[in-house]
Amino acid sequence: MKVSFILNGKYVSVDVKSNEILLDVLRHKLGIKSIKRGCERGECGACTVLLNGKPVYSCMLLAVQVDGQEITTVEGLENELRPLIKAFAEVGAIQCGYCTPGILLTAYALLKNSSDELTESDVKKALEGNLCRCTGYKKIIEAVLQARKYYKKA
Amino acid sequence: MFYRLPEFNYYRPATLKEALYLLSELEDVKILAGGTDLLIDLRIRRYRPKNIIDISRLKELKYIIDEGDKVRIGSLTTLQELIESPIIRSKAPLLAEAAYNMSSWQIRNIATIGGNLCNASPAADTAPPLMIYEAKLKLKSIEGERIVPITKFFRGPRKTELRSNEILTEIEIPYIRDVGSSFIKLGRRDAFTLSIVAIATAVNVRDGKFADVRISLNAVAPTPVRAYTAENYLKGKNVTIDEIKKAAELVLKDISPISDVRASAEYRKEMSVILTIDSIVRSLDRLGIKVEGWEL
Repeated sequence: MKVSFILNGKYVSVDVKSNEILLDVLRHKLGIKSIKRGCERGECGACTVLLNGKPVYSCMLLAVQVDGQEITTVEGLENELRPLIKAFAEVGAIQCGYCTPGILLTAYALLKNSSDELTESDVKKALEGNLCRCTGYKKIIEAVLQARKYYKKA
Repeated sequence: MFYRLPEFNYYRPATLKEALYLLSELEDVKILAGGTDLLIDLRIRRYRPKNIIDISRLKELKYIIDEGDKVRIGSLTTLQELIESPIIRSKAPLLAEAAYNMSSWQIRNIATIGGNLCNASPAADTAPPLMIYEAKLKLKSIEGERIVPITKFFRGPRKTELRSNEILTEIEIPYIRDVGSSFIKLGRRDAFTLSIVAIATAVNVRDGKFADVRISLNAVAPTPVRAYTAENYLKGKNVTIDEIKKAAELVLKDISPISDVRASAEYRKEMSVILTIDSIVRSLDRLGIKVEGWEL
């Protein structure tokens, strides 16, 4: 069946089977390679995308479910993510990088939607569904808090 | 992993009415509300339905309405919407507390309260709060609707009162005033975990004695349970740690935990007793009543 939705600000239309998950359609049919297949059971966060601005797992959605909705990945947020990427690089919050696109999206959604005060525990809570297999959590949390300052300046 | 989902016919009705007609006409159906349990169950082949009816887009089942003496929640309200709702936080705080500790942000953005109940896991975390509030569930079919109290809804692991032509459309929560309440979840870690046991309690005190006591636990019986034996013991008793401890031991009469990958039955029993004491003391604390002899 045909599914159409907004992907990173562009209208896309693609043929899918009812049992195809969004993760596979994005990676294999629409060329979105930033999202990663991790656990495929809604636990690791490597496949995180934004659905209408909110972080969700693309392995836990059928592709047909996003018909008519808006999906965003890091490919569509190049400028918006710049302060976060800068902070991640400065702090050294990247090791193997497998979890990074998912974490950037979740952190971006957090920073975009939170009020002025943002504590370390807020960041931990927001990122509880994104695992880092290198276990580099301390620096990731530090980087998100650092990015907060850059967004405020901008 | 890399399990493909089995094949199925996919239907996305535009209205509840259409969904109910489809449901009554099709055979071998699973309803997709948020899908966060269903997709895993399909992947591990727990279910292999011929048809899936996706109701996740039915806006008419997404609402939280404050009616003064009760709150009505549409069954497709997401867990995140519960947490963020000022109505839920003030009138059904246990439900907000429970949802806050469920899964992760990504899951809470699509998982629904109705899905959590209809999936009927013994470890469903929205259940103990709703059992405390004695919520009423509205089940609809093309033949009409009926109301089932949540205390009668669960029949066993993944078994409910829901008939094959029915959809859970609404959860109605009576507003209970003047109670102190508490929800405590014990998992293998603090974040993003399933309950080894979770407990919700609510108490009301008059003249230094327990007037109303409600205790509900999950993951320690085939369904979420109310601990009526302990509740009945405590009603009318003085508010002392000794009485609370005696009541907590009685919780064992209402639970029948099993050993599984998360914990042993013995551990669950011990923790059920300890957490009952913790949760009652904390509920009292929220009423401004300090209990001597127990550190939280």
